Amino acid sequence: MPSKPRSLWESITAAGTRAGRLYGAGATVNLADLSRASSFGGRLQELRGRSVLLGVKDPLRASLAMLELDGVAARMVLCPADLAAAHLTAVARNAAADACVGDAGGAATTLDSLRVRVDVDPQLSVPQGPRVTSHATEWVLLTSGTTGIPKLVQHDLTTLTDALTDARPVSEPIVWGTFYDIRRYGGLQIFLRAVHSGSLVPADPGEAVPVFLARARAAGVTHISGTPSHWRKVLMSGAASMIAPSYVRLSGEIADQAVLDALRAAYPQAIVAHAFASTEAGVAFEVRDGLAGFPSSFIDAPGARVRLTVAGDTLHVRSGGNAHGYLGADAASFARGSDGAVDTGDLVEERAGRYHFLGRQGGIINVGGLKVYPEEIEAVINSHPWVRMSLVRAKRNPITGAVVIADVVLADEAPGATRPAAERLSRELIQSCRQSLAPYKVPATIRVVPGLEVSASGKLVRPNA
Amino acid sequence: MSIRATITTQFEQVAVEQERTLASLADDLKLIDCGLDSLSFAIIVARLEDALGVDPFSSDQAVDFPVTFGDFVRLYERFAK
Repeated sequence: MPSKPRSLWESITAAGTRAGRLYGAGATVNLADLSRASSFGGRLQELRGRSVLLGVKDPLRASLAMLELDGVAARMVLCPADLAAAHLTAVARNAAADACVGDAGGAATTLDSLRVRVDVDPQLSVPQGPRVTSHATEWVLLTSGTTGIPKLVQHDLTTLTDALTDARPVSEPIVWGTFYDIRRYGGLQIFLRAVHSGSLVPADPGEAVPVFLARARAAGVTHISGTPSHWRKVLMSGAASMIAPSYVRLSGEIADQAVLDALRAAYPQAIVAHAFASTEAGVAFEVRDGLAGFPSSFIDAPGARVRLTVAGDTLHVRSGGNAHGYLGADAASFARGSDGAVDTGDLVEERAGRYHFLGRQGGIINVGGLKVYPEEIEAVINSHPWVRMSLVRAKRNPITGAVVIADVVLADEAPGATRPAAERLSRELIQSCRQSLAPYKVPATIRVVPGLEVSASGKLVRPNA
Repeated sequence: MSIRATITTQFEQVAVEQERTLASLADDLKLIDCGLDSLSFAIIVARLEDALGVDPFSSDQAVDFPVTFGDFVRLYERFAK
């Protein structure tokens, strides 16, 4: 452990009068007010030095708890809003949790085995004495696999803030909005950026897109982030024009050219950037040129702060943002190469001076012995002007083992733009896939569906993922 | 559309898509001689499941793998009922 722990609180103090606000769905909190009062109702000291399970539903309460617990708790385990109740006990056991922080509806309310249970309240109360940083808090994030007990990924404030520059903006205040759950890595990065340099408007779990965008507009959002699936929902909502951000960020899934182009058209004044990060590897890079993929010069770049390599067709990342490992029984399964780099499991391929993401190592479909990456086909389908989003998946087949099939969500009709019949569109899509893909990658059937499931972490739900 | 007509249409459509020359679809035509490759058959089976609601090959009942076009049609006629 470092001898001089620094904490989020020290970062807010350094901001002084420039410290921003947290805009919740039900309340707004000035970060500076935390110097006088607490969201823990005088019980913060009970959590000092403990392993605390943060099982709060409301993002505002979670934000306050993270700000107050960093430097106080020995370990803080961030449970996302959608953590299955069935996994909570195992997570608490693996993290050796001896305290929990909850709210009404939060996961922690279902756990009665912990000794200390504290509620968090955005109505700050009880005068708070000087805040004392006593611990270099270990931050534990959960992996977002759809099956099995989540793994516990170990970070601390140093690894989590590795990609942040220290410089605070001197001109316009930055107001960050995010569709992510701030308890997951992508959302936590935005939370930390906001605390370091402005304000935050986090989306509520299950909040409708126009409702969140109205809150973001009211808060004066300047920077906003989400997954490509989040952004496709925004583009489909008809509410995209409610905000006029200067910076739009995508990460967490492959950003294809269609979604990048659509965002450029919707927000002509904004920088549209797509970033690559993972809970285990940390933030690897950001691309601002509006093109899918990333320049080949990023790989093996001498002297780079984040060292990127390609080994076994997957992207490896070595940086100060790498997680320390997995906590507990999963420790041995942390995918770190002999050079210390983290294997992201994301497959990449170089084409004409640029690397493109093909998909996840585990997501490959096998058609008669040939490998198919669903994301490659989705990118082709999504480039059709009537398609908003698509999901390519395997269908068992007696002849080739599997064929690929696709579900597509279409854009709404606008005045003067009449949508062709679904059957004709399916034929057109198959035709355009045939023009740019090998025959075994062309979907056998394409079905028009009203919607596709997007998980609470903002990613398209993939069967068998 | 009859089951036979649905199947015939799918054979013809997939042959066009896969740029293959389809033989005349007589009942005694051996599937191996009809001009389609295994990917084409895989696509036909997937589409017929959508069109007819059955995939005889993945049913619980044992099926004899069809040898001729006529066998293929009769297999679907048996399961689609």
